[in-house]
Amino acid sequence: MEKLISEFSFGLFFWQSLIFIFLVLLLKKFAWKPILDAVNQRETSIKDAMSEAEKARDEMASIEENNQKVLKEARAERETLLKEARATGAEMVAQAKADAQAEADKIIAQAQEAIQNEKRAAVNELKNQVAQISLEIAEKVIDTELDNKDKQAKLVGKLLKDASL
Amino acid sequence: MPTKLFLKFTILLLAGTTFLSAKDTEKKGEGEKDLKSEIKEYIRHHLEDTHDFGLYSFTDDKKGKKVYRGLPLPVILWDEGLKVFSSTQLNHGKSVAQAGDNYYKLYHGKIYKTDEKGTISYDDHHHPTNAKPLDFSITKSVATIIFTALLMFLLFRGLARSYRENGLIAKGVGRFFEPIVLYIRDDIARPNIGEKHYKKYMSFLLTIFFFIWFLNLLGLTPLGINVTGNIAVTLCLALLTFLITTFTGKKDYWKHIFDPLGSSMKWYAKLPLYIILIPIEILGLIIKPFSLLIRLYANIQAGHIVLMSLIGLMFIFKSWIGSPLSFGLAFAISLIEILVALLQAYIFTMLSALYFGFASEEHEDH
Repeated sequence: MEKLISEFSFGLFFWQSLIFIFLVLLLKKFAWKPILDAVNQRETSIKDAMSEAEKARDEMASIEENNQKVLKEARAERETLLKEARATGAEMVAQAKADAQAEADKIIAQAQEAIQNEKRAAVNELKNQVAQISLEIAEKVIDTELDNKDKQAKLVGKLLKDASL
Repeated sequence: MPTKLFLKFTILLLAGTTFLSAKDTEKKGEGEKDLKSEIKEYIRHHLEDTHDFGLYSFTDDKKGKKVYRGLPLPVILWDEGLKVFSSTQLNHGKSVAQAGDNYYKLYHGKIYKTDEKGTISYDDHHHPTNAKPLDFSITKSVATIIFTALLMFLLFRGLARSYRENGLIAKGVGRFFEPIVLYIRDDIARPNIGEKHYKKYMSFLLTIFFFIWFLNLLGLTPLGINVTGNIAVTLCLALLTFLITTFTGKKDYWKHIFDPLGSSMKWYAKLPLYIILIPIEILGLIIKPFSLLIRLYANIQAGHIVLMSLIGLMFIFKSWIGSPLSFGLAFAISLIEILVALLQAYIFTMLSALYFGFASEEHEDH
């Protein structure tokens, strides 16, 4: 202990304290603070980049999921659209068929009516002609009656036969 | 760029002195009869702080005198006024230095005020009784401290700059030091002091770690520097740790010292216990930094003594078996000392951080 005390040099202690305290202060300002700040900054930037990447990955995943959902929806939509279209088509065909049937029926009815009319007209014509012929026959009968009764009857019969309807 | 030049110069200097000191140890064995006591003297001188930066010395056979080679350093004394002169005037205690009207002489590493002839009077125990002026000399240790401070400043300012210039990535020699800085932050400061308070201690911890480490390593160079093995230096470092611990101590820290039992007992029950407990706690406060200063001092001092003794053994053995053996041993110890240099810096920083952790701790109870 005595040796330690005798070895102790106050001058060295003084210089050491002075230089060391100055060194701490100088290094704090010019070295440690900038170094630790830079390292911290680097660490936070790395951390930020990592979390950013994580976020981007999550986002990508959610977008992908969304895409899948949209695709699925689109597919379903297409399916229903197709189904609807098919149904509409069938309906349209049925409608058309019905319409055509109705038209055809109408046309047929008209045709029948026309035929009826024609027939009526023809019957009337015939009637007129029969009347004409009857008149002519009557004329001829009257003419012949005057000659022979038998003959007259024969003739009437023959004429009637000819004029059978 | 100046940093680089400075580093290159340092490396050259170290390499150069390796060569010189090899020559120095060669010369040492010659001439003298009592080799053992000379080696002992050598080791003692090496451990001491000197007023000049001695590189090597040898005995000139022609003149029969010891010749010293080295760099002179300024001697600064406070003796009723500032006295400054070169250490060459002291001439290793062989001549009397004159500064103004006063005369000074170096005796066993210390400067004493003497008369013109350099008379030193002794007491019964052969201790000089001459007056000792206040010695603020730039000694070898002080010069080394200044060098280390300069080196650290350039090195770490360079690292700080390289972050700014290189987009937050360290460049050059800083790449080696950056992981160490981060280690001190993440494995010494943070776990011991805590996330909340560690920042204000970082500058001190980083500076003290690199300061001790660099000085320990410089002590292993053949320049023969022994700064961290000097009690004044370790006292200063430990004292700073103690002062920072004391002045940043929070309420809980002081409560732990002056009222360690807290509210677990009634005051009249605590009183007799505290008569013993409080002095022990206060003693603990002082013992903690004291152990720091002794640990660093003793480790480095012992390392130097062992290493130098082993080197000295080579010249005592002077045989084909003994000398290589002690050389091998000295080599192995050198390697261990490189580890010890780092280890002691680590321990000092670690324990300082631990004490700061105690001081800034905030919790309810134990």
